[in-house]
Amino acid sequence: MALKTAQMAEQLELFGCIQCGKCTGGCPVARKTTLNIRSLIYHLLVDSEMDVSAHQELWDCTACFTCVERCPKDVQPAELIIALRGELVESGRIPETVGTALMSIFRQGNPSSMAREDRELWAEGVEADLERAKQAAQEGCDLFYFVGCIPSYDQRVQPVARALMRVFDRAGLNVGTLGTDETCCGNEVRRMGELGLFEMLVEENGEMFRGIGPRQIVTTSPHCFNTFKNEYGLDGVEIMHYTQLLAHLLEEGRLTFGGSVASENGDAKIVTYHDPCFLGKQNHVFDEPRAVLQAIPGVELVEMDRNRERSLCCEGGGGRMWVEGTNLEERLAFQRVEEAAGTGAEILAVACPFCLLTLEDAVKVRGLDEQMQVMDIMELVDLALGEDSEQAATS
Amino acid sequence: MDRGKPGALVIGAGIAGIQAALDIADAGFPVYLVEREPSIGGRMAQLDKTFPTLDCSSCILTPKMVDAGQHPNIELMTYSEVASVERQGGFFRVQIRKKPRYVDIDLCRGCGDCAEACRMKGRVVSDFDEGIANRSAIYVPFPQAVPLKYTVDPEACLFLTRGVCGRTFKCKDACPADAIDFDQQEELVDLEVETIIVATGFDLIDPETKPEYGYGVYPEVMTGIEFERLSDASGPTKGQIVVNGEKPEDVVFIKCVGSRDPHTGVPYCSRVCCMYTAKHAHLVRDRVPDANITVFYMDVRAFGKGYEEFYDRVKHERVTYRRGEPSEVYRRGDKLVVLAEDTMLGEPVEVEADLVVLATAIVPRRDVPDVAHLLGLERSPDGFFQEADAKLRPVDTSVDDVFVAGCCQSPKDIPDTVSQAKAAASSALRVLVRAREAASLRVRG
Repeated sequence: MALKTAQMAEQLELFGCIQCGKCTGGCPVARKTTLNIRSLIYHLLVDSEMDVSAHQELWDCTACFTCVERCPKDVQPAELIIALRGELVESGRIPETVGTALMSIFRQGNPSSMAREDRELWAEGVEADLERAKQAAQEGCDLFYFVGCIPSYDQRVQPVARALMRVFDRAGLNVGTLGTDETCCGNEVRRMGELGLFEMLVEENGEMFRGIGPRQIVTTSPHCFNTFKNEYGLDGVEIMHYTQLLAHLLEEGRLTFGGSVASENGDAKIVTYHDPCFLGKQNHVFDEPRAVLQAIPGVELVEMDRNRERSLCCEGGGGRMWVEGTNLEERLAFQRVEEAAGTGAEILAVACPFCLLTLEDAVKVRGLDEQMQVMDIMELVDLALGEDSEQAATS
Repeated sequence: MDRGKPGALVIGAGIAGIQAALDIADAGFPVYLVEREPSIGGRMAQLDKTFPTLDCSSCILTPKMVDAGQHPNIELMTYSEVASVERQGGFFRVQIRKKPRYVDIDLCRGCGDCAEACRMKGRVVSDFDEGIANRSAIYVPFPQAVPLKYTVDPEACLFLTRGVCGRTFKCKDACPADAIDFDQQEELVDLEVETIIVATGFDLIDPETKPEYGYGVYPEVMTGIEFERLSDASGPTKGQIVVNGEKPEDVVFIKCVGSRDPHTGVPYCSRVCCMYTAKHAHLVRDRVPDANITVFYMDVRAFGKGYEEFYDRVKHERVTYRRGEPSEVYRRGDKLVVLAEDTMLGEPVEVEADLVVLATAIVPRRDVPDVAHLLGLERSPDGFFQEADAKLRPVDTSVDDVFVAGCCQSPKDIPDTVSQAKAAASSALRVLVRAREAASLRVRG
């Protein structure tokens, strides 16, 4: 499939590229696959045609946007990958699993081939809160909670959403949410190159938001947070990741901890924090997750060498949850959990559903599960809340 | 100095200000040379060697500093700032704020007994040494300072910050000249001058604006100006290039840190980094003969007289130039790892380092907005002072009889700075000569 390159090169303003290589130099997957975004840009500039389908490595990109963050000339290299994936999507030459995920989003509003009517199964145990929140959404509410696909359906992530519901209740927040009517935010849809579907989701969700009219939207996932904040054009609405809301509630004293996550002998748990790309690098939310962790009784926070802007991508973004990429053996998540274990951490804290899944899997594969647990910050908060935590409720 | 004659004010006493002041003074006109710091000398005083000739920077600068200090037509006003400027017909009425040194410079002999005795000795970060050495709260910034007079740092002195130093003042007790005077007050001095040269110099970009390089996290990552202090034979380490107590085996230089980067608001090339990085690489080879030296670059711009030849020479000294702007620095065991794409290979590479030197961008000084406001000067989009015409009026400004020289107008190397200073002096002299002629016409009636 031969793409005429000139128009794309101009549209994406690739002519500003000085071929410095900072994009490829910082690309976490370039070190293990043939993906070389600097070289792709060059080819777009000097070749009149490109056989896009020959570049299977395009599916290796995690959309971590390190290249975009660091490009001195604001070229936005990752946008070229999205555009080239778009060419593949349009011609139907995409990995089967990507097609399945996109079709599922189109039909069921989620990428996991789950039924729409099962979307609120996450709320088991907090059904009353969910019903109140659905009511609030119908009547119009100031604060809206967007649960997200993975927290709605994935059993490993569902407790994160439940814990957040309990925090809303505890802080006396009147929050609205949609239940089964909620539909995928489209963040990964755009990054997989399905721009038509993405536009449709923006339109539908945007209409939904405007109907409810919240002043604030809080998300479980940095991925939903990112697209609502930067790609939806929701002017006048404050988009927050839940760690930002929590940091704010803690600062105002509206949320206090009754318990602790310390060991039974009282020793603090050593916790290290992995910055998710869509929260940290791309949106510069570094301090709030740390503030929340540091406020939790029984947490001793230690940092990995690569933190904040230098955090290493877990390889779960940009559609990579649904496509394995060309080098499955050397997963970045493996490297990342080794780095985390190297700090002596007993808990690797995350603030993203994808990171939770990829890193937990890596901990198991690497046999680190005896010494280190992967937990979402929300789960740690829940443990430290005391009596109405999930653990207290189930034990 | 004949205060009756038309005179000039030169703001900033780095090499640009010193050169301009000397040229005007040598032509017979009085010059007030105002410097914010306790000593004249500016950035050039901080440099070890100068490219491409490898002259010792202070060896060629110090005689000029001494000349300026002793010149009968130059009045040095160090540790002073311009407080206000008002245009009145053919001249400027200027007020200078002389900050209290808490040392009587007529009495101080520069012996340093006070600094030896100071309770804060070795505990105050030396700005001049870019934080790689400490000093006392009473100090001269560097041994060749002009004037060689001590100054009390009001932000570090125990007495000035807490109201109490000890039972007695250590410095006062130690001073054989009875020069220390904590009752000294700020002084305002009024001047009248016919022309002004602005030569206020530059700042360097905060390297933490590029957090990917780990500056501030790793002590092995330093800036080019810090490296100058490290390699300076008369600096804190006597020129020993030592990191964490050891000579580095692997040294990596990263160019264009912040420069050529609209993303950080510095779209321009800083013009000196290619050459000083080549010089730094040479100095590492000189001091650590077995070191592996890698320079990461995007382009090499060796445009000046003798520059390309110097770059060639340095390459022959077993310095590896690799094309690619590094993306990240992180730690692996005892080493740092510099992550880059070698664009010639078309492959990502990891290069180990014990020392990483960042060639940070030259940026307008923090006080540029204040100075621009004082004088009514316009600034170009890059933030530096705007010359009246980039090609044909390169030292004139938007204000008549006010001229610019040096890096406050745009980044430049020492030869260009001195040339521009001499051009500014020549333009200022034209104003002064006309004023003198006008005055003599008035006298003759």
